[in-house]
Amino acid sequence: MDYKFPELPYAFNALEPHIDAMTMEIHYTKHHKTYFDKFVAAIKETDMNGASLEEIFAQVSKLPVPVRNHGGGLYNHTLFWESMSPNGGGAPGGKLAEAINAKYGSFEDFKTKFNDAAANRFGSGWAWLSVKADKSLCVCSSANQDNPLMDNFECQGTPILGLDVWEHAYYLKFQNRRPDYISAFWNVVNWPVIEARYESIIK
Amino acid sequence: MKKLIFVLTAIITLPFVMKAQEPVHKFAPLPYAYDALEPYIDKMTMEIHYDRHHRAYYNNFMAAIKGTETESKSMQEIFAQMSTYPTAIRNNGGGYWNHEMFWNCMKPNGGGAPTGKLADAIKTSFGSFDDFKKQFADAGIKRFGSGWVWLVLGKDGKLFITSTANQDNPLMNTEEKRGTPIFCLDVWEHAYYLKYQNKRGDYISAFWNVANWDYVQKLYEQGLLKNN
Repeated sequence: MDYKFPELPYAFNALEPHIDAMTMEIHYTKHHKTYFDKFVAAIKETDMNGASLEEIFAQVSKLPVPVRNHGGGLYNHTLFWESMSPNGGGAPGGKLAEAINAKYGSFEDFKTKFNDAAANRFGSGWAWLSVKADKSLCVCSSANQDNPLMDNFECQGTPILGLDVWEHAYYLKFQNRRPDYISAFWNVVNWPVIEARYESIIK
Repeated sequence: MKKLIFVLTAIITLPFVMKAQEPVHKFAPLPYAYDALEPYIDKMTMEIHYDRHHRAYYNNFMAAIKGTETESKSMQEIFAQMSTYPTAIRNNGGGYWNHEMFWNCMKPNGGGAPTGKLADAIKTSFGSFDDFKKQFADAGIKRFGSGWVWLVLGKDGKLFITSTANQDNPLMNTEEKRGTPIFCLDVWEHAYYLKYQNKRGDYISAFWNVANWDYVQKLYEQGLLKNN
């Protein structure tokens, strides 16, 4: 298959005032695009050119580091854009809400756990809600552009919600105040998409 | 009774003794004004970098060592045994020490090229000053995620360039390539994002205009003495 640079599913200013237009524009057209371009160049040097990102991540520890870094950057940002919406926020419903309550006690307790994972990731990285092989939910964080699909990851699973905590994701608007950015993020989370991801994995 | 008097005296005088003791680790003033490195490093970045990021590393480091024997240890002693310490001390201690060195590696009206023994050593190790700059910039661009680039004096007396992740540095026993750092550059996004955004290369180019070679020369000479 050919790799495609995905479209941003909304305008740069669509997530204002929670995520500002300038951050969205640079994040998508510069950072994400660079990951895409560098991934396409790096994967050509391997015998996995054309494989899906999921197949690549499943054996990423055997591939060159640029494949891991830029492939991760490509996949993670695509998932991130789709995880947000101008009409987002609120709380999940359906089976995901039940699973969150069962695992974390309440939606608020889950948010606290996710916030901690995002705030405590030192340096660049991501916070994740993923579904493990046994279908249980798992909150964790990863360094740089790693993600829970990668074979060398300590808490493997399929990510259904990801939050970018690289400084480039929030510095223009929030500077050193990462917790403020994390709080703002909940206002744009696209729960119907996260629920659909969850249900397609557990069925 | 004697014991009681001793205990009472201790309780009464302890706060004064404690107060009289200066902490080993201090939060040093920035050696120039926030806008002193304009236009290469902007005022707002300097202010947030020093007053928020650097101060938070210092405060978190002090909180992490409070009431332990680490309070009286030098940063060099701590870094030499880094692997035996908790992560909070590594991250915040590194952040505290690295930034203080970084501020000193820059100055208004800096730039140019090193002279004297340092210039000779750079030529010996890298071919020329331009080759050194190229390799140093390259290490800065290639550091994926957050980290630092270093010019280091090795035990063998030779200079080398290395980069570290997050707030690690070449004094830490967790690093493969260790030695005495004499020059450094912060490549965390917070060091340049307000002015340069994704263009880390432009930030590195600008940095050469404020490099404080006198300071680097001093660290180099001190390092040589320590090696001998």
